[in-house]
Amino acid sequence: MKTNIILSGVGGQGILTIAAVLDTAALSENLFVKQSEVHGMSQRGGAVQCHVRISDKEIFSDLIPEGKADLILSVEPMELLRYIPFLNKYGWLVTDSHPFINTDNYPEKNDLFEQIKKHPNHVIINATEIAKKLGNSKVANMVLLGAASSIIPLSERSLLEAIKKLFQHKSEKIISLNYEAFFEGKKIAKETTDLAPRN
Amino acid sequence: MKSLLLGNEALAQGSIDAGLSGVYAYPGTPSTEITEYIQRSKLAKELKIHTTWSVNEKTAMESALGMSYTGLRAMVVMKHVGLNVASDVFMNMAVSGINGGLVVVVADDPSMHSSQNEQDSRFYGKFAMIPILEPSNQQGAYDIMHYAFDLSEELKLPVLLRMVTRLSHSRAGIELRERRAQNVMQLPHDTTRFALIPMNAKKQFDKLVNKKSELIEISENSKLNSLKLSEDREIGIIACGIAYNYVMENIGDDEAYYSILKISQYPLPKKKIKKLYKHCQKILVVEEGYPVVEELLHNYFDENDKVKGRLTGDIPPTGELNPNIVASSLGIFQGHPKPIPSIVAPRPPQLCEGCGHTDLFNTINELIPEIGDKNVFGDIGCYALGALPPLNTINTLIDMGASITMAKGATDAGLEHAIAVIGDSTFTHSGMTGLLDAVFENSPITVIISDNSAIAMTGAQESSAVGRLYNICLGLGVHPDHLIKMTPLKKNHDENVKLLRNELKYKGVSVIISERPCVRLSRDQKEEIKAKIASLS
Repeated sequence: MKTNIILSGVGGQGILTIAAVLDTAALSENLFVKQSEVHGMSQRGGAVQCHVRISDKEIFSDLIPEGKADLILSVEPMELLRYIPFLNKYGWLVTDSHPFINTDNYPEKNDLFEQIKKHPNHVIINATEIAKKLGNSKVANMVLLGAASSIIPLSERSLLEAIKKLFQHKSEKIISLNYEAFFEGKKIAKETTDLAPRN
Repeated sequence: MKSLLLGNEALAQGSIDAGLSGVYAYPGTPSTEITEYIQRSKLAKELKIHTTWSVNEKTAMESALGMSYTGLRAMVVMKHVGLNVASDVFMNMAVSGINGGLVVVVADDPSMHSSQNEQDSRFYGKFAMIPILEPSNQQGAYDIMHYAFDLSEELKLPVLLRMVTRLSHSRAGIELRERRAQNVMQLPHDTTRFALIPMNAKKQFDKLVNKKSELIEISENSKLNSLKLSEDREIGIIACGIAYNYVMENIGDDEAYYSILKISQYPLPKKKIKKLYKHCQKILVVEEGYPVVEELLHNYFDENDKVKGRLTGDIPPTGELNPNIVASSLGIFQGHPKPIPSIVAPRPPQLCEGCGHTDLFNTINELIPEIGDKNVFGDIGCYALGALPPLNTINTLIDMGASITMAKGATDAGLEHAIAVIGDSTFTHSGMTGLLDAVFENSPITVIISDNSAIAMTGAQESSAVGRLYNICLGLGVHPDHLIKMTPLKKNHDENVKLLRNELKYKGVSVIISERPCVRLSRDQKEEIKAKIASLS
């Protein structure tokens, strides 16, 4: 088993939290994990990405090769498309539909969706909106993780345990808010998409 | 369960577990998290490990050498260009040698994710004639620290440990081992080797040069340099440091068909390389950074063109490696990845919303039509983003501190109304000496210290400039009438433009301290800064 996941977004949108949940869950299942991330100047409102690799065997490269990602999970629709060269033939795209516009030539939203829909395996949900309804737009990342959870080869139990571990220094309330976001994302993805594995 | 650590954090934990007594550093991407990890570590606190940031890489390395002089184990950490700043002590402590183990950790940034160049620190290690270690993965970065300190103490030489961005900033599960005790203070037997007057220096330099064969022998027998010969003689691969991962990613299942020499310690193990060279028809050198190893293997008359790598174009001459580049160099077919849709727009980094630098640049931009658009000299920090649209304020960005001295040099040549923009921490790192040059000649320059009370770009670390800038400038001889504070806020725009216009007219050194805390500072950090300023005034 080897799974390659690219997380993408704009600096400050919380993709490292998603990565931390995946890493922690994978280690708790005694799997190997490697996770490459971006620090420094590009974090300042620029495009950021994170490569997460999970395997039952030793992993060598910290970077995912082009054409080998099983999933691109993005908290921003244009940032999803930036990493299309990494997607494998049967790979999944999961993204927030909510754009983050801090550049002059940001494309038309519908043109972005059209491009995303060209790929058979995609889930587009308005995670930001769902998170706001739950009371905090910051948990959009957990909505997306929930939406992608059935595609990720880690048990739901270990994902939830990882979320708990990550937020345990905060409060019970924050843990349950993140749980709620996770389950809401999972539910909506199921309702709107056929998530059966296709090979 | 294994501990999930960044390469930098694994190295940091490894250093603690190897008996470290002090880390000295100035922040710089991709090296910063090493020191930050030790600063946060409870264990490090219990062990009283020194962790406070230094003013620059040179002061850091000298302090580390001072600690080593007393017999304790010290580590100094920096990004690759930081080693340029520290190169004076770096070259000379190779000659004097060290006492307690001393490891110089340098994180290179191939592809320049957050840097001005992609210099390869292995050149420096070779230049200083000291051992270089280069781990290939996170567990290796942890494990190597014990060995690095042992090697340093055995040889009485500093050891250079080279990291690269992708190893520094990638996480993996790490297995920790037992911690060993720190050294106790034991001053050197004979201190003459630390007093590098020519008669001592000559002796020491001879000793250093004569150690070369011993270093090669140690490399030859090091577990870090492993040679595996395959029956298939077509291609032999020399894989250095992290490059080994990209090679293995590609040949993993067919490993048996390739001869591989994995290099994680230098100077190069000559015999192992010769063995591989003789065994194979072709040698591919895969190394992150400059073609350091490849160049050594190419001799002037390598007519059979056996050695391949960056110099021969089999691997691109610049930029970092990745699994795809290495696949191509091995002739492995990779399919055709889908292109990025053309509607995807670039999203370069930009100054944060509400950043004081932006208001400062807006003030300067107001005066550009009067003074010309090529008069603003910049420096290293977030404000370097002022070189990009929509601001387009600064024209130069070369190295830490160069804004002031380049402005001075330009006015020496006759340029009028030169402005230098420099951050608070960059000013104390390398700007103060240049300002003294300008004061000494009363050069007509306007220095703006954009003071956000933090080393912002690397994550808002504590700046040694906090609360001290005014008195430093005064002490260096800036005239109090031309040492002015301003607050870069929209509401002060007109007033600030007037103030700057006035100073630009002055035919001498003006310093404007443009004060506004970084928006990334937490409430606690802001309180700490306030308390510090209060305690200093």
